[in-house]
Amino acid sequence: MNKAADLAEETRDGGTVVRLSGTLTIACLHDLPSRLDALEGPISAIDLSDVDHMDTIGAWTVHRTAKRLDCAVGGGRADAERMIAAVGELDEPVAIRPEHVSPLKRVLGEIGEAVVNSGATLFGLLGFFGATLVAAWNVVRHPSRFRVNAVVQRFEVVGVSALGIIGLMSFLIGIVIAQQGSVQLRQFGMEMLTINLVGRLTFRELGVLMTAIMVAGRSGSAFAAQLGTMKLTEEVDAMRTIGVSPMEALVLPRTLAVVVMMPLLGFYSSVIAVIGGGFLCAVSLDIPPITFVQRLREVVPITDLWVGLIKAPVFGLIIAISGCFQGMQVKANAEEVGLRTTSAVVQAIFLVIVIDAFFAVFFTWVGWN
Amino acid sequence: MAAEIEAVEEERVEKAVEGNGIAICVRDLRTSFGDQVVHDGLDLDVRKGEILGVVGGSGTGKSVLMRAIIGLQIPDRGEIEVFGEPMIGRLDDEALAIRKRWGVLFQGGALFSTLTVAENVEVPIREYYPNIDAQLRDEIAAYKIRMTGLPADAGPKYPAELSGGMRKRAGLARALALDPDLLFLDEPTAGLDPIGAAAFDEQTRRLQQTLGLTVFLITHDLDTLYSICDRVAVLADKKVIAVGTIDELLATDHPWIQEYFNGPRGRAATAAVARERGKTAAETQADGRR
Repeated sequence: MNKAADLAEETRDGGTVVRLSGTLTIACLHDLPSRLDALEGPISAIDLSDVDHMDTIGAWTVHRTAKRLDCAVGGGRADAERMIAAVGELDEPVAIRPEHVSPLKRVLGEIGEAVVNSGATLFGLLGFFGATLVAAWNVVRHPSRFRVNAVVQRFEVVGVSALGIIGLMSFLIGIVIAQQGSVQLRQFGMEMLTINLVGRLTFRELGVLMTAIMVAGRSGSAFAAQLGTMKLTEEVDAMRTIGVSPMEALVLPRTLAVVVMMPLLGFYSSVIAVIGGGFLCAVSLDIPPITFVQRLREVVPITDLWVGLIKAPVFGLIIAISGCFQGMQVKANAEEVGLRTTSAVVQAIFLVIVIDAFFAVFFTWVGWN
Repeated sequence: MAAEIEAVEEERVEKAVEGNGIAICVRDLRTSFGDQVVHDGLDLDVRKGEILGVVGGSGTGKSVLMRAIIGLQIPDRGEIEVFGEPMIGRLDDEALAIRKRWGVLFQGGALFSTLTVAENVEVPIREYYPNIDAQLRDEIAAYKIRMTGLPADAGPKYPAELSGGMRKRAGLARALALDPDLLFLDEPTAGLDPIGAAAFDEQTRRLQQTLGLTVFLITHDLDTLYSICDRVAVLADKKVIAVGTIDELLATDHPWIQEYFNGPRGRAATAAVARERGKTAAETQADGRR
């Protein structure tokens, strides 16, 4: 029953008649639409008497040709005629694509939008920070609303579970710094200074910074994805209607967990990195561990430890706030959860590094160098 | 108007009889999830050109049955034929010819969220018939969008910008993209307001008549059952316990069926239909007197 659709032009009663034949369904149309498009007028009629079966796509093809050539359609079976009439009724302008905009205008528009968005995000982040503080103040005033279980659970997820990966990373970083440093310092015959390098760099900067990056990747992204999904499934709205503040129940425990865990993880990371450095010194520079520790105590001032430990909770706050903030911004669809998670991590790492630069200037200014 | 519909109706019935065909044939189906058996020894025939309503309590496996027929759920045992072709154990490529002949509307619409409505409708056309040029494809999408009753500016919108009812219509437009012979609708009117639901029913009926579709319709909506379904299949006790017109079902004495159709909601729907019929009869009488 399925014959390929075909067309033939015939001269009849002084006019040209296009005679269609075969099955006019989407599977059998093949190149018929383009051949019909290539037809030139004047054509008096389209004859459907040889068409055995037709679907709406075939009907549409006939309809558009008849409309373009301004000719009559006839000879079809009742259902074919009805279908053509039915699709003809639907022939109204319908928007298919968004309106076309010139590239220059579009680029300018995108830049403008990006600037406005960044401003709005920064502003929103600040507002969110404020809301978190308000929630914290509320909990301080009503200590019974403090969710111990939620916080402790987050401690485990954010802190304890991260020990393995952060330890491994720090150990390797310690080795890399010691190794690269020793290669450069050997040229001046000052291999002993490798200990200064490892000790001061890790406690002051790298330990906390690398931990912050790892926590942003592990926990910041998880916060954004969790809260984003909860927004999508209307869990957050349900919470609100029951009278539970999402800021207190979701955001505060997470923020608190990261703020408390960051200094601990940062200290742990620094210690492991120093051990890594000491390991390399012992293996490849023949500095015995005793000497390494002795030297470390001489060259690393205690302020270096304070510098790291002061920065850590601030970094933690940034990571938690941007993770939760981005998660709570999810509105529309599942894809947005992915986008928000990405921007939570990027934003957190970016802000951590910016704040770190400010800290560096600040600590120099107070004389802790 | 009435005569016209009658003529169409007659032709449709004729068509069905002439093919004398069964669109979907399910025999001795058994599906399970772990220990939980959903269907056991289920038989069902869907005739060509009919709207078959499928009802059953929550968890009786209405959606699972649909998923088994369209190949998303592999049954433990049994045979499923669609248009005379066995569907069980076929490779995806082999079943492709059949796949092109059906359209599926999932419960939530299941629109691709990163594509606009028009692009969603064009996906099946692009996939199966890449030789159709972009211009014609856009036109096809345009009239499909109109056909399902979406407004003319819905094409460039993303699913997230649409209301639930519009999303379902867009899903229907995508299901109809290839002019299927067989349409699966999974609770099409769930979550719609009564006016929207009635309009959707009307739309389904009209499309089914113009396109000569066979419709497999899962629903809980008694109004839908009364107004558009030719036959109704009742799922209970892991099988289809009865198939027939609503009147035929009412004649059976299965407690679930009695409860379903004679419960307060069932009675309300029956009353509404009776009122509607009474009104039409009265109008006809009045016309006759004039």
